[in-house]
Amino acid sequence: MKILTLNFLTCARKACKAEPAAFPLHPRDAELEIVEAELNTEFLRNVLPRVEWEALRVVTEELGLPSLPNVAPEPDAIFPAASTAAAATANETPANPAPTQLLQDLHHLLLETTILSGKLVCGNCGHEYAVKEGIANFLLPSHLV
Amino acid sequence: MSRPEDTLPPDLFYNDSESRKYTTSSRIQHIQSNMTHRALSLLSLTHPSLILDIGCGSGLSGEILSSPDPDTPGGPHIWIGMDISASMLAVALEKEVEGDLFLADAGQGVPFRPGTFDAAISISAVQWLCNAETSDESPAGRLSRFFAGLYGSLRRGGRAVCQFYPKNDEQKKMISSAAVRAGFGAGLLEDDPGTKSAKTYLVLTVGGGQLDGDITGVVSGIEGVDVIDSRRKHREKGRREVKGGKAWIMRKKEQMERKGKVVKANSKYTGRKRNIAF
Ligand SMILES: [Zn+2]
Repeated sequence: MKILTLNFLTCARKACKAEPAAFPLHPRDAELEIVEAELNTEFLRNVLPRVEWEALRVVTEELGLPSLPNVAPEPDAIFPAASTAAAATANETPANPAPTQLLQDLHHLLLETTILSGKLVCGNCGHEYAVKEGIANFLLPSHLV
Repeated sequence: MSRPEDTLPPDLFYNDSESRKYTTSSRIQHIQSNMTHRALSLLSLTHPSLILDIGCGSGLSGEILSSPDPDTPGGPHIWIGMDISASMLAVALEKEVEGDLFLADAGQGVPFRPGTFDAAISISAVQWLCNAETSDESPAGRLSRFFAGLYGSLRRGGRAVCQFYPKNDEQKKMISSAAVRAGFGAGLLEDDPGTKSAKTYLVLTVGGGQLDGDITGVVSGIEGVDVIDSRRKHREKGRREVKGGKAWIMRKKEQMERKGKVVKANSKYTGRKRNIAF
């Protein structure tokens, strides 16, 4: 499971629905795997505004990954200006500018770093979701639905 | 042909051998792939998006979602798949699909925070929600949890397309009205209606974004989609339009006329039942 996915995942229990502590789920005994993926700049441009930075910081720290800055980087710092405003004014097709280091780092963290196995624990109810071979088991016994 | 969802729940029906059969049958692969492309055309995605695949199975649709433009409009997309069958997911794992996989029951909800997905897709899965095995689960409850969860997990202005095989008209209505109750603007599209290969697509939109608050706006703009508008039903109480009835025929004729087609003039016989003469 990609770190990106974990940034959107909540506890499945109804009782945890509106509880702030039910997000993010906390990885425990996690075994990580790096799975190479092609850089998808336009996807990151689309999805990054939706990423909860504070939750990402918490999770990366819990996983023992290099710590992130306190606040989310500005889009201008992530995406080279040539592919935004400048390209719109220039009539030529923009040459693909080299991705910034920041963009590559975010790509690596969000889309290439995955949880291969372990548990995801809800901070509100304590329910543990098992992850095996990258697949998280979110089936709930019917009394917990 | 017997309907698999009438015999066993999906997690038991799609056991290891059934899953393998399903994913290696080239006929099924072909149909699935066509339906995925059809659903994608209804989603009209213009850039790489985050997509939920409900009932992703072995990732047949997912592989299409991961393909680049122009094979897959707006692609490559990043997708997250949910399926209740561990055997199906095992096949997906073997194929090393690019999406993240969840063993989860859509009838229990959609465990993602509000506004997560740009779009959702579901191929041949939603009818499974209509069978409940235990007494503490009703099909209505499972449908309601699913659509409420799906609605919440989509962005404003997001869309979902669910192709499903309704058992009958009653089930079709039950599923689409559950979606409308959850807040979706909804429409039904049928390809090859009345034939053995009929396909039903439930097209869902989440209001907001560029939709000017009209939840049915987008759905009604899609060619061939019949809008399910819960509000209209209330307004026109008492003179419900029956498909094939006079009001329905008049409206269809009007539509055709507006499109510049030649239609027969209306008369007192329009929409009347003819007596069959032997
Ligand atoms: Zn919880």
